[in-house]
Amino acid sequence: MASTHTPIVYRHRLPTRLWHWTNALCLYVLFTSGLGIFNAHPMLYWGQYGANFDHHWLALDRFPGWLTLPSHYSLAMSRHWHLFTAPIFAFSLLAYMLMSVFNGHFRKDIAFRREELSPSHIWQDIKEHARLRFPKGEAALRYNFLQKSVYAKLIFLFLPVLIFTGLAMSPGMDAAWPWLSQIWGGRQSARSVHFIAAWGMALLVAAHLAAVILAGPIRHIRAMITGWYKISEETGA
Amino acid sequence: MSIILTRRAAIIGGGAALLAGCDRLAEHKSVRDALFSAENFHQWAQRSLMDRNALAREYRPDQISPIFRANGTRNPNTEEYKALWRDGFAHWRLRIDGLVARPLSLSLAQLLAMPHREQITRHDCVEGWSAIGKWRGVPLGPLLKNAGLSTNARYLVLHCADFGRPGRPYYESIDLVDAWHPQTILAFALNDAPLSVANGAPLRLRVERQLGYKHAKYLMRIEAVRNMSHIYDGKGGYWEDYAGYDWYAGI
Repeated sequence: MASTHTPIVYRHRLPTRLWHWTNALCLYVLFTSGLGIFNAHPMLYWGQYGANFDHHWLALDRFPGWLTLPSHYSLAMSRHWHLFTAPIFAFSLLAYMLMSVFNGHFRKDIAFRREELSPSHIWQDIKEHARLRFPKGEAALRYNFLQKSVYAKLIFLFLPVLIFTGLAMSPGMDAAWPWLSQIWGGRQSARSVHFIAAWGMALLVAAHLAAVILAGPIRHIRAMITGWYKISEETGA
Repeated sequence: MSIILTRRAAIIGGGAALLAGCDRLAEHKSVRDALFSAENFHQWAQRSLMDRNALAREYRPDQISPIFRANGTRNPNTEEYKALWRDGFAHWRLRIDGLVARPLSLSLAQLLAMPHREQITRHDCVEGWSAIGKWRGVPLGPLLKNAGLSTNARYLVLHCADFGRPGRPYYESIDLVDAWHPQTILAFALNDAPLSVANGAPLRLRVERQLGYKHAKYLMRIEAVRNMSHIYDGKGGYWEDYAGYDWYAGI
């Protein structure tokens, strides 16, 4: 039953929306071109060094063309895409973080509330998600525990780790800032962590996409474009 | 569930379409130019925002890779090179010429008699692997001083004995920031042994803050130039010309 009056609320501010779409495009290009770069040497190691004769912890076949940018193997083009996008990604994340501190977005929307951290609340939230039941009406306006933890992990953990492990692979950066590769235990460890964090990021994005699809993609995508979210009393997806 | 599957298919299909779109975009010259220009940003950032004379990290002897992987050409295999190799490079000469006041022609014995530098550094290949090795060689800076490098010179072009493809000799180039850097050496020994053929005998460049393809092997000639537009395809290196690698390989 659609109510005669469906309230519309302003949900996403401009900096959030701008960053969301810039970041989405950046992550897409970085992930696919990153897999293209990985294909040049699809083995991973721990430590300072690592090449064919050394002990590796992962050896894969090349990722298929439908996952890589460009779709044919070209280390040079994959690197151009990756290194062009990386600074845009890093500086837009920085700008978004600064804006979100100043406009209170992190404090109001992302920071966990005390009551959300109680085990019973977390368990309830997990059960609701597992049953694919998403908050309706007014409750959908606030991020719940699982949403917050996905966003917080992405913004404060996975994305910064990707930036710093990425920089740690640069021989020029390593000379200027030796701590960059040392905090990971060496350049090859940084490369391994970069790979793991990239797939972790991809999984979080997949969870986010699945949640958007199940909770009503039109309403959510429209809200992330225009900022305005239509509260629905009807069933979600 | 079918609606979810369709939507999932739409996302995957959309993703693939986006990839194809990116590929098509990259065929446009303006897009390629924009993508390639990122190199300028990284070079500027590393040279201007950070210490341009920073030293690459040097490692302890126990951190050396058990086997130092050789890559690229493992043997130039030309008649000229084989002749040089057969008599232990006794007739090999390194020429330093171009925009210099006093062109030099140096034998291996002369280079071995000069003051050396020894450094245990990490070699980072553009492909992603790394190997740590102990290099011994002659710092490039004092050689340039001896040759009287002209103030007009902006780049050093390193000409090599090997060929990337028939008719296309390997070459690389560095700018003067790297040329004068104390860790930039012409190495004749790796891990306390004379440089093997696979690793660039008799002499290779070490330019420690850049990726492996800049570390030209089988050096024959160092040419000081004002710009590189007249050298092969003008992009400053074999891989830069052939495959579109970045000239600035610090990232």
